[in-house]
Amino acid sequence: MMASSTTANLKRTREASYSQSSGFLARFFEWFGELGLFCFQFLRAMFMPPYEVREFAHQLDELGSKSLPLVSLAGAATGVVLSLETRDSLVNFGAKSLLPALLVVSIIKESGPIITALIVSGRVAAGIGAELGAMKVTEQIDAMEALAVDPYRFLVATRVAACVVMLPLLTVAADFCGIIFGWVTNTLTEPISFRLFIENGFKNVMFSDFLPPTFKTAVFGLIIGVVACFQGMRTRGGTEGVERAATSSVVLSSLFIILADVLLVRLIQVLFP
Amino acid sequence: MSATTEVKNGGPAIQVSTLYKSFGKQKVLRGISLEVARGETLSVLGQSGTGKSVLLKLLIGLQQPDSGSIRIHGEEIIGLSRNQLNEVRKKIGFLFQNSALYDALTVEQNVSFPLERHSDLSESDRKKRVRELLASVGMENDLQKLPGEISGGMQKRVGLARALALSPDILLFDEPTAGLDPITASEIDELILKMQKEGNITSIVVTHDMPSARAVSDRLAVMRDGQLLIEGSFQDLEKSKDEFVVQFISRDR
Repeated sequence: MMASSTTANLKRTREASYSQSSGFLARFFEWFGELGLFCFQFLRAMFMPPYEVREFAHQLDELGSKSLPLVSLAGAATGVVLSLETRDSLVNFGAKSLLPALLVVSIIKESGPIITALIVSGRVAAGIGAELGAMKVTEQIDAMEALAVDPYRFLVATRVAACVVMLPLLTVAADFCGIIFGWVTNTLTEPISFRLFIENGFKNVMFSDFLPPTFKTAVFGLIIGVVACFQGMRTRGGTEGVERAATSSVVLSSLFIILADVLLVRLIQVLFP
Repeated sequence: MSATTEVKNGGPAIQVSTLYKSFGKQKVLRGISLEVARGETLSVLGQSGTGKSVLLKLLIGLQQPDSGSIRIHGEEIIGLSRNQLNEVRKKIGFLFQNSALYDALTVEQNVSFPLERHSDLSESDRKKRVRELLASVGMENDLQKLPGEISGGMQKRVGLARALALSPDILLFDEPTAGLDPITASEIDELILKMQKEGNITSIVVTHDMPSARAVSDRLAVMRDGQLLIEGSFQDLEKSKDEFVVQFISRDR
């Protein structure tokens, strides 16, 4: 009797977990399906006139210029930390003179781009997710459609394009601050002229070391813009829904940035050996 | 009868036939049919959650029905492409329940928003038109305020000015007086009447506010469980023996 009830319980648990996992799978594929439709809608709006030039310029300022202080600060901090951390190791190996080159290469190749992308993802993706989410639940997006204005054109295309354009520019700012503050930190321990630091740092750096990693951040910008707008536009259920949209925008865009980085680094290595 | 003939004959401005709409397992509209003549105002009454707002959203193509037909000035709108639908939408003004003004834009920019995109007016003419529209709803002194800085009643006025910006033939009102005090609600009613009189506009007012429906409409329709229970003049509804209709009407007394 007891054995049969245990078997029944086990069967029920297994069925429940099966239906839970199939529900999760269904939601997972549904998400990608909706994302595909969303991308089709916004790409059509982005490349077909009329263009929302004024809103695009506004978003360049809102998402780009206003992220500049934060990104510069993060870049500067990265420069300081890299300088502090690598100095001792290099001294131990008697390779102190390599510090400028190591700092410059690690900042322009990886630290600058990824730090910029993650910082912007935190600030901008949360902002877009919450803004579009709030507009969705308060029917502002419906009102836009009712006025025969395509929200994909006015809201999505402008924000995604602004993210794509601004990310490489912000990365240059982060790289710049990182290198400057790397030199400042270095020179506080052991004075070295800025000119010499830069000369040593960029001695073996080619444009092919700088351009691909900087421009790969346009892909990060695309990820931030698309994920945040998508999560915002599909918001349901009041304030709680807005909160979910903001959180998921940051989490998903950060996650996809890191995953995309793995692929892009490898791709750059193959294309620019 | 072709669409063109109907228009020439002055057929109904809005014609809805056997409209069905479900969300998952929930059947929201179950075979609604109604007609609104040109220049007429129909109020659709019913409890919350009976599908009144969904009906309005279907009329402007914000949602698609499961089946049925919607004709605006004789033109079937179901199955239209986005561009074709947008042409129809330009002839329809929609006042949302919570006004749905754009938070980030000022009162002036909110009203200017559709004009910037769908009119050939020069900037100075556009500004003049925006001011006229806002003056017609008594909001000409708050041009630079953001929606968050004005009251709910004022937001409704601005929403109405924005809905009127493209000089629509049809106005759809989703609970225009919900959440307003009786005095502000009657001011909004007066504005709706004024707009209808001046522009000979066809309107559908979705509401559960009986005094408001009585003030603004030529005809009333009562919805229950996704179906039309009764439609007619206020006097027709008063004669009804249906308990639900009687309850609705008696709230007015």
